[in-house]
Amino acid sequence: MVPLSWYMMLSIAVFAIGVFGFLSRRNIIIMFMSIELMLNAVNINLISLSHYLQDLRGQILAFFVIAVAAAEAAIGLAIVIALFRNKATAHVDEVKEMQG
Amino acid sequence: MKYYLLIPFLPLTAFVINILLGKEVLRDKAHWPSVLAVVGSFFVTIVSVLPQVMSGKVINEDLYTWIVSGTFNVSVGFQIDPLTAVMLIVVTTCASLIHIYAIGYMHGDTGYYRFFAYMSLFTFCMLMLVMANNFLQLYFGWEGVGLCSYFLIGYYFNKKSAADAGKKAFIVNRFGDFGFGIGVFMIFLTFGTLYYTPVFANVASIAGKTVNFLGWNVDLPTLIALLLFCGAVGKSAQVPLHVWLPDAMEGPTPVSALIHAATMVTAGVFMVARCSPIFNLSEIAMNTVAIIGATTSLFAATIAITQNDIKRIIAYSTCSHLGLMFLACGVGAYAAGIFHLYTHAFFKALLFLAAGSVIHAVHTNDIQEMGGLKKYMPITYAVFVLAALSAGGVPGFAGFFSKDEIIWSAYASHSSVGKLVWLMGTAVAFFTPFYTFRLIFLTFHGKYRGGHHEEHHGHDSHGSHHGEHHIHESPKVMTIPLMLLAVGAVAAGWVGIPPILGGGAHFAEFLKPVVGHPEFHGTHAEEWGVMGLSTAIALCGIGLAAIFYLRKTDLPEKIAKQFSVIYNILFHKYYIDELYHYTIVKPTLWVADKVIVAITDARIIEGIVNGVPGAIGKFSEKLRKVQTGLAHHYGIFMAAGAFFIIALVLLLR
Repeated sequence: MVPLSWYMMLSIAVFAIGVFGFLSRRNIIIMFMSIELMLNAVNINLISLSHYLQDLRGQILAFFVIAVAAAEAAIGLAIVIALFRNKATAHVDEVKEMQG
Repeated sequence: MKYYLLIPFLPLTAFVINILLGKEVLRDKAHWPSVLAVVGSFFVTIVSVLPQVMSGKVINEDLYTWIVSGTFNVSVGFQIDPLTAVMLIVVTTCASLIHIYAIGYMHGDTGYYRFFAYMSLFTFCMLMLVMANNFLQLYFGWEGVGLCSYFLIGYYFNKKSAADAGKKAFIVNRFGDFGFGIGVFMIFLTFGTLYYTPVFANVASIAGKTVNFLGWNVDLPTLIALLLFCGAVGKSAQVPLHVWLPDAMEGPTPVSALIHAATMVTAGVFMVARCSPIFNLSEIAMNTVAIIGATTSLFAATIAITQNDIKRIIAYSTCSHLGLMFLACGVGAYAAGIFHLYTHAFFKALLFLAAGSVIHAVHTNDIQEMGGLKKYMPITYAVFVLAALSAGGVPGFAGFFSKDEIIWSAYASHSSVGKLVWLMGTAVAFFTPFYTFRLIFLTFHGKYRGGHHEEHHGHDSHGSHHGEHHIHESPKVMTIPLMLLAVGAVAAGWVGIPPILGGGAHFAEFLKPVVGHPEFHGTHAEEWGVMGLSTAIALCGIGLAAIFYLRKTDLPEKIAKQFSVIYNILFHKYYIDELYHYTIVKPTLWVADKVIVAITDARIIEGIVNGVPGAIGKFSEKLRKVQTGLAHHYGIFMAAGAFFIIALVLLLR
């Protein structure tokens, strides 16, 4: 039997990789993938705790997160494509029209 | 059915109709609602209210609760006793005739509907004032008539002098109304109610009490009476707040006749008579009323002698007659004061309307440019003379009985200043016919002196310059009200013929339940003497005017030159306007300019108003730098924020 703490360790590791990737990379696709990693780290956490606590609500919530992530991926990729068509770049530092 | 409610609310309805529909729908028919309403009020007064009051019934009913706050409780209520009935007759009669006259006088004016709307609103406020059964409603009517007066003085608002005169009337009245307002507060503080009946019933309980007012211990009845009298001084244009009334002549003539002669300005006298139980408690207040009245009366009468504006002369005459009414109230003869109010309303409204008829014909206000109008305007001339005989106190006419009543009351009363004010009143009895007949002789007799100028500065510029042969009598819609008012000016006084002349003094008897009857001491011989003296002196005034302005027309100028100092003082109205200009207006404007505008406005208010948004702007200028537009900066902020919050939660657990 795999103890709960291992799942948590995995979740933390995946989340940390996601945060690190999001903050250190400038390629918008990579940053996007990092966000997905963070979301999935949360999913691991939810599922493992759901099993541990014998409570189905965690799994339901995980489904919601997956649905949101799918929607977010669709919109995000559409934005990336629109951006690439206009600017011919996927580098976020070159996109700063919204500064104050 | 409370028919008496129609009296104030018919004019209010007319006001609402006119202000909503007058401009677009009614236009030159705008007089219909107003005239019908006020004539309706007149008939309700005569048919429904007067018989009830004559039979001794006093109506005192609350219509609906206006304000309830703790122990403070005021209703919109109506009290109709003999005093109110007299005022109702005066107001509705004069208002009806003046409204009809105004149809002709204001014909073709651009603000026709506006004029009638405000006249109706004024009539409503005036009726609310006289019908009130509590001090707050009295105050409501009081301020309402002041507001309408302001609207109507400034009726020709694109003329600067008219706009200024409106402001002057309003601001000068503030001084009086301030005192009046405090007086009403004092009444509430003292009696715990504002209804007339309980206040006057308990009034004896405050006799001799003192109260701390601004650090002085003053006699309570004196204080309340003088504060109330403050309001009367402003509203009725008594010295020292008389300055607004002559300037108010900038308004259309029907306004001068209705508001500034017959009704609104007499509200002060009405109020003093209404509060007679309070005034009776204080000899100081009574003497103040008498002295102020007598002073104003003499003061305004002497000014009127030298003026040349036909309406201003009559305005000073109004001041003077109002002074006589206060004189009567001050010696305790309230009934005589109200009697004079009643007769004065007729003959003074008539004088104004006749003057308006003259102005309508010659398009100028300056009597030096008139003359010889008798043959062109016979009806106007005839009614003018009747009004003047009445105003001058010639025996048989309305003004004689009321003026004689006042002068006799002053002589015979127990008042400590009675003899003094009697002398002043007798002097006024000389000046009144003198200036009125000076006006008549200069206007209607002699040769026409106008037509020298291409441009005349008449009040109504609805017509080009008229040469002498264009002068014509006014239309019937104006002359018929004149003739009806002339009947009043001659006959109104016959209800109060004193017993010594074979009358029954019915007027004083009628008012006795409200204002009481003063005790006189004097013999019949004295009464005949006083009456004979004032009559002889009045006839002297007419005679002297005839000598000066009919026979030896160069004499007035010679005398004016001989006594140029006195003449100048009178011509410049005792320099009161100048005095106020330098002592009050200029310092106020200086303070406004140097302190209010320069410091309060420019520094403090604009400092706050501009400073706060300025500071916010500067702060945001800094803050927006945070918004770099770089996605990873936002990411770092989010991560740092999350880290910080989690750390905080963990550490504080």
